[in-house]
Amino acid sequence: MRALRPSVVTAVAAVAALTAVTGCAEKSDGKGDGAVQVVAKDDSCEVSSKKIPAGHVELAVQNKGSKVTEVYVLFPDDRIVTERENIGPGTKAKITAEIKAGTYEIACKPGMKGKGIRQTVEVTGGTAAARSPEMDKAVAGYRTYVQAQADETLPKVKVFTDAVAAGDVEAAKKAYAASRIGWERTEPVAESFGDIDPKVDVREDGLEDGQEWTGWHRLEKALWQDGKLGAEEKALAPTLYKDLQDWQKRVGRADISPTSMANGAKELLDEVATGKVTGEEERYSHTDLVDFKANVEGAERSYELLKPIAAKNDAALTASLDKQFAALDALLDRYRADRTSYDFTSYDKVGKADRKELSDAVNALAEPLSKLAAAVTK
Amino acid sequence: MSETGTEGGEPAGATAPSRRALLGWGGAGLALGAVAAGGAVAAVRSGGDTEPASDSGAAVPFHGAHQAGIATAVQDRLHFAAFDVTTKDRAELMALLREWTRAAERMTAGRAVGEGAYGGAAEAPPDDTGEALGLRPSRLTLTIGFGPSLFAEDRFGLEDRRPEALVDLPKFPGDNLDAARSGGDLCVQACADDPQVAVHAIRNLARIGMGRTAVRWSQLGFGKTSSTTPGTQTPRNMMGFKDGTRNIAGTDEAALTKHVWAGAADGTDWMAGGSYLVARRIRMHIETWDRAPLQEQEDIFGRDKGEGAPVGKAKERDEPFLKAMLPTAHVRLAHPDSNDGATILRRGYSFTDGTDGLGRLDAGLFFLAYQRDVRRGFIPVQRRLAASDALNEYIQHVGSAVFAVPPGVRDADDWWGRALFA
Repeated sequence: MRALRPSVVTAVAAVAALTAVTGCAEKSDGKGDGAVQVVAKDDSCEVSSKKIPAGHVELAVQNKGSKVTEVYVLFPDDRIVTERENIGPGTKAKITAEIKAGTYEIACKPGMKGKGIRQTVEVTGGTAAARSPEMDKAVAGYRTYVQAQADETLPKVKVFTDAVAAGDVEAAKKAYAASRIGWERTEPVAESFGDIDPKVDVREDGLEDGQEWTGWHRLEKALWQDGKLGAEEKALAPTLYKDLQDWQKRVGRADISPTSMANGAKELLDEVATGKVTGEEERYSHTDLVDFKANVEGAERSYELLKPIAAKNDAALTASLDKQFAALDALLDRYRADRTSYDFTSYDKVGKADRKELSDAVNALAEPLSKLAAAVTK
Repeated sequence: MSETGTEGGEPAGATAPSRRALLGWGGAGLALGAVAAGGAVAAVRSGGDTEPASDSGAAVPFHGAHQAGIATAVQDRLHFAAFDVTTKDRAELMALLREWTRAAERMTAGRAVGEGAYGGAAEAPPDDTGEALGLRPSRLTLTIGFGPSLFAEDRFGLEDRRPEALVDLPKFPGDNLDAARSGGDLCVQACADDPQVAVHAIRNLARIGMGRTAVRWSQLGFGKTSSTTPGTQTPRNMMGFKDGTRNIAGTDEAALTKHVWAGAADGTDWMAGGSYLVARRIRMHIETWDRAPLQEQEDIFGRDKGEGAPVGKAKERDEPFLKAMLPTAHVRLAHPDSNDGATILRRGYSFTDGTDGLGRLDAGLFFLAYQRDVRRGFIPVQRRLAASDALNEYIQHVGSAVFAVPPGVRDADDWWGRALFA
């Protein structure tokens, strides 16, 4: 993964959060029917109503301050429901979103900095789209899966980080790929907590200015490229473990919806297409095919849970997805001797023609997978 | 163009090489051009065919007895793609060809694919990728071809339907073919006066094909190197020479029938009204060419650089006197008179794919030629050129493919290749 994928992170959070998400904001005269009036000044953020009916919510924002401002609707844990940036002094803007019942904060950020001036609002009522029992079942199933992945992963991470901390290069190398499987299977959910991914899974080229490089890939480079573990790397091992414990603790509370599951499945294939097929993700260890397989497994899990819903709406799509998942799985099996093991061919041994074949198979699956969200929400 | 024919009287025999012929493809254009000129003959010149330039934004009709993009006045830009068919299922391949045909109908008319590029379900990616929104049809043509590998045994049950004329090209001396830029089960030639329109078309067809086809290789072309409209200015190739002076005119029905369109009597019923396409990626050694003295350059091609007139003649369209040229001159070797009348319709484009890592321009000619039978068109001409062309010192063939180009789609119920699968 990459440290910086604001669009994905935001999108996942937003999708998860909302039933529908339109998060869009447009200019308008800002007056209207049922819109919640938000008056932003340099030192205040006035909201016309603290009780808002759930469903389609419209905020009519007026910036009466002297600074450019931005307005956010936030979950209690600061994840973004929707936002609008760059609202100039004296101008108006409209923000709309589908919002479910719950407690939220509206934040105005004069000067577009800091935590902003906040108002707590209650969104109430049952206008949130009623979900079908089968959708709830799919979501519950996926929530269980996501938690189980984290629970099963932590002991494997421990083996890895203990080896690193002990300076045992060989043992650490052996434990590296396995420690990542659960994370890779559920990456879009993990990434929706914007702060964990940059700490544990960033690659060197994804670092922001001034950002310290921590996590799996820093250790990967030390193990394979440098062939040794210095004091700094050893010290990073417990940090990685602790950051992943944080993931384990929070992952069960992630906002998950059928739409976010479907989009998450597509995003896993995007990860494969942009990072694994090219060999960029695991450029030192060449364990890309392990991540590749884990991404596909995670996508397949989402799909299987959503399939009963999607099949009713678009049987041709699910037939195509069944076929393409099977084809990709079969292709990946050619790169391991034992179908129960994650001991895949080192990616530096996979030639150009074989990489193209893998890439074609990913495209063949990802293209129909991009239509799953619509088939689920139809 | 006009002149398709030979003319001038030069005895055909002239083949001896001299130096000049060159251009041919490297000039390919030229040379072949010459070729074109030769054989047939007669053409009409139509003078008037200037129409093409007239409205470069208009739509070219998609339906017809022949596919558009062959006799059609050559557009300014090209995106050519070769595909591998990845499905093993004949029915899926047929379904794909139907979907492609419908998408091609829409795009050549200047419309978006499927439900369009916006306004659909918010949760789904749009059917159309959108970059051609607001652009005119730009004379987009989409022309499909079927490669020899599509007819292989144990694939789609087409082994008995392979046309005899769809031969595998022999290896020619000097070929340095890259397998990754050669061959393909299918090809689509997208030509348009706006490069974005051509790229959009290939991109959307590739997307529709995912899971059933995969792009094997593709090539962008930016400057046409030949013209099928005699009245218009002859374009120059990357070597700075006018190319394709004597191409077959798109309006010259007699020459097209004789040299380009496969006939019902040619032995393959489903190909009647179709044609055969040879595509060659010809890299030019630009830097060494640029160091060649003007006299050598002109001798190699057999034309002068300024006007484009054949050796010893005053005007570009004067009939060449082949014997005045060096025996190795490109125009001379490629001329129909040097090749038993072999005449092909050239539709190539210049390309520049950046530099090659050694600081040299990765540039050349993406040669496209349509003909009734490859065995009596490209192969004899290229044999002669490969053996003797003085231009060979400055060019290298690095990619190659051959395709059977089926007849046109008749109407909204017909589809690309229907007769092949019938």
